[in-house]
Amino acid sequence: MAKRIEISGLHAYYGGVHAIEDISMTVEPRSVTAFIGPSGCGKSTFLRTLNRMHEVIPGARVEGKVMLDDEDLYDSSVDPVAVRRVVGMVFQRPNPFPTMSIYDNVAAGLKLNGVRRKSRLDETVEESLRGANLWNEVKDRLGKPGAGLSGGQQQRLCIARAIAVQPQVLLMDEPCSALDPISTLAIEDLIEKLKTQYTIVIVTHNMQQAARVSDRTAFFNIAGTGKPGKLIEIDETSKIFANPEQKATEDYITGRFG
Amino acid sequence: MTTLSTGRGPAGKAAGPSLTSVSAGRKVKDRVVQGLVYLAFLLALVPLVSVLWTVVVNGAKRLDPTFFQFSMNAVSGSDKGGGAYHAIIGTLEQVLITSLIAVPIAVLTAIYLVEYAGNGRLGKLISFTVDVMTGIPSIVAGLFVLALWLLTFGFDYSGLAGSLALTILMIPTVVRATEEMLKLVPNDLREASYALGVPRWRTVCFVVLPTAMTGIVTGVMLAVARVMGETAPLLLTIFFTKAINNDPFTGPQASLPTFIWEQAADPSQNSIDRAWTGALVLIGIIMLLNLVARFVARRKAPTGR
Repeated sequence: MAKRIEISGLHAYYGGVHAIEDISMTVEPRSVTAFIGPSGCGKSTFLRTLNRMHEVIPGARVEGKVMLDDEDLYDSSVDPVAVRRVVGMVFQRPNPFPTMSIYDNVAAGLKLNGVRRKSRLDETVEESLRGANLWNEVKDRLGKPGAGLSGGQQQRLCIARAIAVQPQVLLMDEPCSALDPISTLAIEDLIEKLKTQYTIVIVTHNMQQAARVSDRTAFFNIAGTGKPGKLIEIDETSKIFANPEQKATEDYITGRFG
Repeated sequence: MTTLSTGRGPAGKAAGPSLTSVSAGRKVKDRVVQGLVYLAFLLALVPLVSVLWTVVVNGAKRLDPTFFQFSMNAVSGSDKGGGAYHAIIGTLEQVLITSLIAVPIAVLTAIYLVEYAGNGRLGKLISFTVDVMTGIPSIVAGLFVLALWLLTFGFDYSGLAGSLALTILMIPTVVRATEEMLKLVPNDLREASYALGVPRWRTVCFVVLPTAMTGIVTGVMLAVARVMGETAPLLLTIFFTKAINNDPFTGPQASLPTFIWEQAADPSQNSIDRAWTGALVLIGIIMLLNLVARFVARRKAPTGR
């Protein structure tokens, strides 16, 4: 199921602002790649270019190549809607659909893409909620509104919703930053479990989290305000945290930054 | 900590700002503004309560079954009895047709403006046009339909012609209300939907619209209430009649506002009583529609915050 992503020479812009500059890297399948770096360095922007969510913002555009196995996501013949079915995303703040029940939230991706068969939906909903470690907590109240769950449960609901459409890649934009440590642990366990099936990319501000969950870590930085963000280095997580090549990476990780 | 207090308070106090004492000046200001707010609230309430009270007291006299069962056909102004059946039917049909035409156009316009137009030229042009339409006096809308539909195209007076005039008045209010509601839908939800690989139009239909539904329904109801009370454009386009005309597509039709206008112009007390009851029934219908719409909207509203 999982696919490899190869990015080469990627630039992203918001109108006239050059947000990220010349990024090339490979994201390995069935593993977790973490993006770390200071605020405003373009981690989230870069993440959003990987499923063409970047261009949802008016005036935003991208240059460069993002190869998903052997398909270029930015080829003119590619439909961004189709890309997002293959590359799913979980956001910083849990955002279940407020008008829908727990069941409908998980089924939303399928239903909104025209799947109507009840048995298929039931099956996918249970499978996805089990996949997101949420089934036992909500199985007796699937008809209740999704917004009534706790923050951590809502985030797992959002993950269930994202995996229900069976993507190849799962992008997570600081999925734990609005959660308490217990819920964070639940999500991290989940990531550990999901990486056997999916290619996972996670943006995080929490370096311990990056060290705990990821196999490879990429460090991003900016030269100064108004300058575009750059990839400083990417390597095995153990190497980045123990013995990084670049001085800036070491300074950031040890807290001696700036 | 002493530096904190240098900005305010007497210079002699060096112990820092006290947490318990509020300065006298602030207390007075607080009281005065509070008083003003309550006063403004009461002032705004006076005409509203007064109007409602007068209509209820005067309208209650003729609020009998006859009023709802009979028209004014062959009833002269000074006669007792008679009713507004023809006018109630007319108003309901006209407003229904108006809503059927105006609401889809207006909601689709608002969706275009919020979800698709961005900062484009066309969006700005439409937005400007809607603003201008909001300011059209109702009589002008009536004259427009009179000139176009009745005089140029040669159609006869009909409920439909009146509905067309009301449509012109209803569209801008519904567009504005819907636009505001759609703007309130958090962008997170749109992005969540896009990230599932849901196309934009399905996102609008199944995520954005349901989330904004309560507000849109409220906006539509306010617009319905507004056009239900319009009189001038109806006189120009539907005219009025004392008899029952169930067909909104041919011939003059009665409506509650024109019924009230006609009855109130008659010097006989019996007619004036009928006019008051007509006004009461009109207010009643609007309130009833509001309650029903709210009930329907609540069942679809976002739940469990």
